[in-house]
Amino acid sequence: MIDFEPIYLTLKLAFCTTIILLVLSLPLAYWLAYSQLKSKVIIEAIVSLPLVLPPSVLGFYLLLAFSAENAFGKFLDQYFDIRLVFTFPGLVIASVLYSLPFMVQPIQNGFKSLSKSLIEASLLLGKSKTETFFKILIPNIKKSILTGIVLTFAHTIGEFGVVLMVGGSIPSETKVVSIAIYDEVQAMNYHNANVYAGILFAFAFVVLLCVYSINHRFSKTSLLQ
Amino acid sequence: MIVFKIQKKLQAASGEMLLDLDFIIKENEFVTLYGASGSGKTTTLRILSGLTTADKGMITVHNTSWLDTDNKVQLPPQKRKIAYVFQDYALFPNMSVRENLSYALEKGQDKTIIEELLTLMELEQLQHQKPAQLSGGQKQRVALARALVQKPAILLLDEPLSAVDNEMRAKLQDYIIQAHRKYKLTTILVSHDIAEIYKMSDQVIVLENGKISKKGTPEQVFSSRLVSGKFQFVGEILKIEKENFVYIVSVLIGNNVVKIIAMEEEIKDLEMGNKVLLASKAFNPILTKID
Repeated sequence: MIDFEPIYLTLKLAFCTTIILLVLSLPLAYWLAYSQLKSKVIIEAIVSLPLVLPPSVLGFYLLLAFSAENAFGKFLDQYFDIRLVFTFPGLVIASVLYSLPFMVQPIQNGFKSLSKSLIEASLLLGKSKTETFFKILIPNIKKSILTGIVLTFAHTIGEFGVVLMVGGSIPSETKVVSIAIYDEVQAMNYHNANVYAGILFAFAFVVLLCVYSINHRFSKTSLLQ
Repeated sequence: MIVFKIQKKLQAASGEMLLDLDFIIKENEFVTLYGASGSGKTTTLRILSGLTTADKGMITVHNTSWLDTDNKVQLPPQKRKIAYVFQDYALFPNMSVRENLSYALEKGQDKTIIEELLTLMELEQLQHQKPAQLSGGQKQRVALARALVQKPAILLLDEPLSAVDNEMRAKLQDYIIQAHRKYKLTTILVSHDIAEIYKMSDQVIVLENGKISKKGTPEQVFSSRLVSGKFQFVGEILKIEKENFVYIVSVLIGNNVVKIIAMEEEIKDLEMGNKVLLASKAFNPILTKID
């Protein structure tokens, strides 16, 4: 019988990661798009690191950092009673770091595509930067935000390396679908592996289908707007 | 009255340039900034509106200090009460024409100004359309209307008419003059078009490499000698034809081509494309080169 727990866990992980990243990325992308500081290239490079780094490298460093043997892990354990290795919260933090560029980059490009005079016009109409951000900038980069959300969600679902390193394969805690497939193949349960793989395959296709059809619709309406 | 005394180092294409300006604009005056691109016109508007900071200097508007680098006074753009019409109009794409205007309302401000401006700029028919559905001239009117919602005392126009055709241009100039008079504005326009400057401005300030090279009425600035005429128009020479002993000069004034008879000595420093001042003295129209 197929165990649906990994599917539920995968969706929960993707959901948490996406929400956290959306909240983090809007101000971060705004800063990256408009800051005049020269040192921002360093932050830009760090944000994009997960795109080129093997997941196992990132997972390895996170594992070291979270471990109770080391300062950061010890600090969390002693003062907050938080253990991040082989736990769901640890998985969420790892996913947030790993999917960061998938949320930040589309939003940053969205901000960059807007004419700077939109912001200046709003300021000259007496509006604060916060009001300008929520009433002018965000509504005009909806398409980019949506792209970021969908990509982050899908990318989190497709994770394997980081999740395996940080979370291992603990049922109901860290065993997500991609790990479950690996386990089932190891155990020669090709039928179950097939079902999980089929679900992920169909899901990935549907997600991309949505992204492209939304993009098409947006580009049509923006012509009509 | 606007007192403007500013210094700012700029990175121009030709290297470093010092923008060093000192001028006074009277209340309700219509002033045009004229000059080659890169001479500092737009930067002047941006410094006045607070979007760009100056290195040194002071700006006083109607006896209020907006900027005084010696006393560390710097009013943020939000508090300067300036209507600014951008070259690209800067209409908010997510809002309809009416919403663009409503966004500009201050907290608790009377909403009747919206209807008034929609009527004045003839935008009632378009009020529910989004900016992307509008033509260049229509966007221009929306941008002007939106800038006027907060009833500012100063209107800044950064080459607002460069992207529209001649017919539309003439109409928009009328809208601007109308708004200037109705709301008793002090208006500063950046323009390259001498005909436009003649039609609209009381004072022209000519900028050259960040300095004021000439200042005065359009006639003082653009005509080498003063013409006392009964009527005068600015136009562009389309063609000069020889007919027996005289020349026929075709001049484009607004959208009309006017043919003028000229003698050989009158046309000797004129050629196609020249901007000319066409004025009538007694009975014979006379042509004077103004550029």
